[in-house]
Amino acid sequence: MSPAGPAARAGDLTQALIDRDVWSEELLGQADIPIVDSPLVSVGGGLGSFTLIDHLRICGVPTGSLRVLTPLTTPWESFAYLTRVSQVAARDRLRSDSSSCPDNIWGFPSYALREAIAADSVRGFLAPLWKVMTEPVFSEHVTPRLSQVIDALAREHFRIRYPEMVVGGQVRMIRRRADGGYFTILTTAETSTAARRIAFRSGYVHLAVGYAGLKFLPDLQIYRETARNASRVVNAYEPHEHVYDQLRRRPGTVMVRGSGIVASRVLQRLIDERNNHGLQTRVVHIFGDYVAHSHGPRFMRRHGGDGFGYQAFDEPKAVWGGQLRDRARETEGRERVEFYDSLGASSTPYRKQWQAKLGTARQEGWYSTVVGRVEALDPGADDLISARVQTGDSVLLAEASFVIDCTGLESDIGEQRILADLLQHSGARRNPLGRLDVEPSFEVRETRSGKGRLYASGAATHGGYVPGVDTFLGLQIAALEIADDLAEQGFCRKLGPLRSIQQWLRWATNTVI
Amino acid sequence: MTYSLAGRLQTRILIFGVLGGAWTAVITPILPTRLPLGASFRMTFSVLLLTIVLGVFWELGYHLLQQFRWDKDWPTMFSLLAGVPEGLLVWLLLETDSWFWDVPVTPRGFWLLFISLWLVVWIVLSGPIRVLLVRRRWRGGRLFG
Repeated sequence: MSPAGPAARAGDLTQALIDRDVWSEELLGQADIPIVDSPLVSVGGGLGSFTLIDHLRICGVPTGSLRVLTPLTTPWESFAYLTRVSQVAARDRLRSDSSSCPDNIWGFPSYALREAIAADSVRGFLAPLWKVMTEPVFSEHVTPRLSQVIDALAREHFRIRYPEMVVGGQVRMIRRRADGGYFTILTTAETSTAARRIAFRSGYVHLAVGYAGLKFLPDLQIYRETARNASRVVNAYEPHEHVYDQLRRRPGTVMVRGSGIVASRVLQRLIDERNNHGLQTRVVHIFGDYVAHSHGPRFMRRHGGDGFGYQAFDEPKAVWGGQLRDRARETEGRERVEFYDSLGASSTPYRKQWQAKLGTARQEGWYSTVVGRVEALDPGADDLISARVQTGDSVLLAEASFVIDCTGLESDIGEQRILADLLQHSGARRNPLGRLDVEPSFEVRETRSGKGRLYASGAATHGGYVPGVDTFLGLQIAALEIADDLAEQGFCRKLGPLRSIQQWLRWATNTVI
Repeated sequence: MTYSLAGRLQTRILIFGVLGGAWTAVITPILPTRLPLGASFRMTFSVLLLTIVLGVFWELGYHLLQQFRWDKDWPTMFSLLAGVPEGLLVWLLLETDSWFWDVPVTPRGFWLLFISLWLVVWIVLSGPIRVLLVRRRWRGGRLFG
């Protein structure tokens, strides 16, 4: 590090700060860390932060009272990245309900209605309306295109003047303040001339840091760490274009693991590549749990077939605002775990297009399924990967050129730096599913500091009173609950019918607020 | 929509009562009932009242059917089509002598009222209601509790 580099910049964490659970201005002064006041800071800067800021701005909170601390340049940056690498192109349709609109807190007009209004033909106008009217019985669910959602987010983020509230940098930790509220430590960019760390002093903190990280299946992890050709084992949520590139140059077999939506997208890409480029790719799909048909008790029965559990969205719809949400609200401890289990494991939507493509692949014999547990992966000859699969009483050996892990395993929240610090120093604890324990209001339990409150939303709070927290709807539910809780404390106005109508009209006319 | 039972009942009573009541009041004077205005109002508000009262029982049935759905949702098409049996039942009760409540009723007036009432409520519940009552969709259709 050069003398002019980061180490030379003023204001860094001291051992005393790192060790102490509760901080004072004096302690920060001793470390030369400047203090900046902001009544509320949102940490993360992705869609979780955006939805809360959107709600609060609509509730009348001025931009000067809100700060978003983030390394991201736009709130949809992480979302766009994850969708792109998991094989969703801009024109592709997401797995998201038409009235699930992160750019519009009311969910009205839905994306289907907006698509109809924007259409330039009668057919284009009627098709989405007919589909949304007859879904999901006579037609498939209407889901928005990725580009439609991102365009709408961009429009809304300008409308609420979101960029004015963003402070660039990486949050290192949040600690309680001796006189109430919190200090949030932001590490500024290396190129910045500001102090290395800035402490944001706020009464309220909102935490929406997204997924703690990708996690590979244990056998894949071992292979990646030990094998020479580790790039042949990839996670579907990381860039893996090289797999498709290499398959175009040399035919090979791809082993797909997992049976959720991402597996469907990867299979679609592999099939399209094969069809469009005349390839000879073969696919071996490994199912840990093979769903042969509809399953579950009479009143909790999910469709299934060909190995997949079929479900329109990430969760059964009623978790976001129906009887399943009510039921989740009443569960604690072991009962909560059982309730989440009853919602079923991985699922994918039943789409005719995918069914047809997989049906053809099966008929032509280049798509095969194996049901079992992969015990180990070994490097084989000619850059192949050899998998030992335990199937019933026997062990099967399968060879592949590439393995794509679509299981979507997530790291423990303890591996996320800010969350780990919160668990260690601020009293936060884990919920029955091991994530951050939050109240129904999304306040992080046991972290209250004087009159200050710390909230969290998104993936870190999975396992709480609302299932499906890492979805557009889940983020909006959390945002409204937090806004209502803040309104009770006088931070903002509660969103009543009149204000809601007035603000909706401003949304509809794209009036900057 | 993902209704809870309480949400269904509240929607039936309050949304039909307030929105349906307003619509019925506005449309009755121009309905071709071929009845005096007073009798027209008696007919139209009897239809509305029956739609609400019988609707409470219909909702119990719908909720039972909803339990067979994995998503525990109620597709918008179901809400629209429910108007067919519900309208027929109200018509039969009012038109045949089996009903103890003697209300003058004319087919054209009845069906124009019922269909327009059903469509107005269905359209409002399909989207615009969310602007007025922002929390309703997160609470299984409940306005209270």
